Amino acid sequence: MKRLLLGNEAIACGAYEAGVTVAAAYPGTPSTEITEYLSGYPEIDSEWSVNEKVALEIGIGASIAGARALVCMKHVGLNVAMDPLMSISYPGVNGGLVIVVADDPGQHSSQNEQDTRYFGIAAKIPVLEPSDSQECKDFVIKAFEISEKFDTPVILRLSTRVSHSQSVVETGVRQQIALKDFQNIEGKYIVAPGYARKRRVVAESRLQELHEFAETTDLNTIYDGDESTGIITSGIAYHYSREALPEAGIFKLGLSYPLPRKKIEAFASKYKRVFVVEELEPIYETFIKSWGINATGKEKLPVIGELDSSIIRKALTGKPLKKEPLTLGYQLPQRPPVLCPGCHHRGPFYVLKKLKLKVSGDIGCYTLAAFPPFSSMHTSICMGASIGMAFGFEKARGKEFAKESVAVIGDSTFWHSGVTGLIDVVYNRGFTTVIILDNAVTAMTGHQENPSTGLTLKGTETVRLDFEALARSIGIRRISIVDAYDLEALERVIREETAAKEPSVIITRQPCVLKKGISSQNEPFKVLPDKCKACKKCISLGCPAISWDNGKASIDSTLCTGCGLCGDICSFGAIVSSKDDLMAAE
Amino acid sequence: MNIIIAEVGGQGALLAARIIGHVAMEQGYTVKMSEVHGMSQRGGSVISYVRYGKEIFSPVVEKGSADFLLGLELLETARYIDYLRDGGTIICNNQRIAPMSVITGAQKYPESIIGDLSKLPLSLHVVDALNMAREAGNIKTVNSVILGCFARLSSIEYPIWETALKNSVPSRFLEINLKAFQSGYKALEDNAPAERN
Repeated sequence: MKRLLLGNEAIACGAYEAGVTVAAAYPGTPSTEITEYLSGYPEIDSEWSVNEKVALEIGIGASIAGARALVCMKHVGLNVAMDPLMSISYPGVNGGLVIVVADDPGQHSSQNEQDTRYFGIAAKIPVLEPSDSQECKDFVIKAFEISEKFDTPVILRLSTRVSHSQSVVETGVRQQIALKDFQNIEGKYIVAPGYARKRRVVAESRLQELHEFAETTDLNTIYDGDESTGIITSGIAYHYSREALPEAGIFKLGLSYPLPRKKIEAFASKYKRVFVVEELEPIYETFIKSWGINATGKEKLPVIGELDSSIIRKALTGKPLKKEPLTLGYQLPQRPPVLCPGCHHRGPFYVLKKLKLKVSGDIGCYTLAAFPPFSSMHTSICMGASIGMAFGFEKARGKEFAKESVAVIGDSTFWHSGVTGLIDVVYNRGFTTVIILDNAVTAMTGHQENPSTGLTLKGTETVRLDFEALARSIGIRRISIVDAYDLEALERVIREETAAKEPSVIITRQPCVLKKGISSQNEPFKVLPDKCKACKKCISLGCPAISWDNGKASIDSTLCTGCGLCGDICSFGAIVSSKDDLMAAE
Repeated sequence: MNIIIAEVGGQGALLAARIIGHVAMEQGYTVKMSEVHGMSQRGGSVISYVRYGKEIFSPVVEKGSADFLLGLELLETARYIDYLRDGGTIICNNQRIAPMSVITGAQKYPESIIGDLSKLPLSLHVVDALNMAREAGNIKTVNSVILGCFARLSSIEYPIWETALKNSVPSRFLEINLKAFQSGYKALEDNAPAERN
């Protein structure tokens, strides 16, 4: 059956057809939808794991226990899972183990542009790279075959444009893959040095076999072209290249690592000019040039950001855009993302700004508080880092500095990797104040369940992990729970807790306004123009529902969720609920 | 056919793009689409691409090559005109949503966008999609209004669009979305392709 599928949906479809029975992941753009689609297959035990490391460990366990397992994450998630990845390389697999990693060239939703192919090289395991949705499905199936044939975990590298593009896929039926026996080969899965040294040798000979496999596999495809130009490429860059230079010969790598040296040498010898067109790092290029092939790559093509057909055409032919682009001739105001109208993160960040605290932030929607008009988050480095970093501030600048700084972290990020930082603060006698923004969902990536939502990926009810109980159990005595819309309480509690000479946890609660099933019962607010003194205090909330209209504040009733924060901060009583206004009129 | 849909994240460009994609696939075309998820969707500037034809490689529309720019908001329409080819078509909602820099007073929302667009070598259709969506029963159906406008200008017959809507929109929202779609379709009645009048 032919279906128009998102790359990520095609990955899920491929996993189903490959007979996968176990899948684990942590959400992260652009990889998230893979697991959401996987959850629709009752044959697959799929879960949102607490983080990528645990997800991969589940995959490894399932593989050794005999099942085919799929593990999914975004590129920076692989950093978290790197310990199990490097460590499972030598032992290898039993049931097939495929790790799907989605890179984000252009940093649409990410802190960096790291190239996952390097990680495959580092781990000495094969990397496959599909270029469209059909290949997403087909390559997952092939990845499992390779995994089991060569006794190796396999990385399937995606990119934003492959994950989030749609194209037609011919779907098939599920393979009946029997659960293998629980593998019990002496020492294979024990990485103690005595055993691991033996596996080191096995891993090296496996890599040699994979080099030979690369020369013959149909994952790599050659499209003949005229003799002037040959292009070596992979993934989405293949499609851009086809469009940019339809006459060129193309060597499309479906197996990104290891590379088929002999085949590439033969290809290159046929063309006057050879280009290597790869998004992000010059990986093929480095290998290819090291073999003495006269190729051009990053001399002409950018290492930063996404490629597209225009960039490639211009780089390879010198011809620029098809035409001069249309323009209005003036600069337009930019429109960066903003916190949603009614977002409860506004309360804590309004107070943090007012108190002029140094805020060690984390990764989630609330990172938007780092931008104007809030500008009240000062650092955001990686998942869970806020707590350890705030403790670092305190160590660098003295205990008194704990009064001037806080760590701020979302619920899912806290479970992902904030817990360990908090334990460190307690153990090492820090005074750090940690604010957990609990909006009862993993919001940024599109509302996934997490350990404190009370539901699993499949919507099954489960234990709702309790921040308060956890904090208490690790030895924190000062724990507060505050309504995220209650500015007065937030200010009082944050003042008290930052002053305390011991660690504190403040949990701010309100569900995400976009969460399914949460519909505002509140009437929208409105501005009474006669009372508005044009002080612009309400504007400082950065709410998209509030704008400036003829010298007064104005609220768009279609956007307002009635959270009431603007009414609370207005010094002139000029912002009221439409409901109250109506009642006053009556 | 190269189409880009510009919006303020959350206005529903994804759904409109998917419906166009499904309709084109039903017509036997090769279809590729690309969309943006994640951070940028939180009220940011977002574009989706739809391409269909006999043979399509890239899912991304190149600048200077779009046949249609469907704009769900005025400023976002203006932002992406560099994607259009000469003689391309803009269908846009005249609604203005102020970005944060305009709300805080740091920048001004350009007043003359519609007039400036009309001076370019393009065909321009401006509709009051917000009002039409409101009349259809829900202001969130601006996407369906603009989709209806595009459908009228396309060479694909009405019933095919209606079926695609039925297959893509959750049933409890279908009636309102169909109404919004129809009002967009009617709004460009006079601009329909000649062979279909």
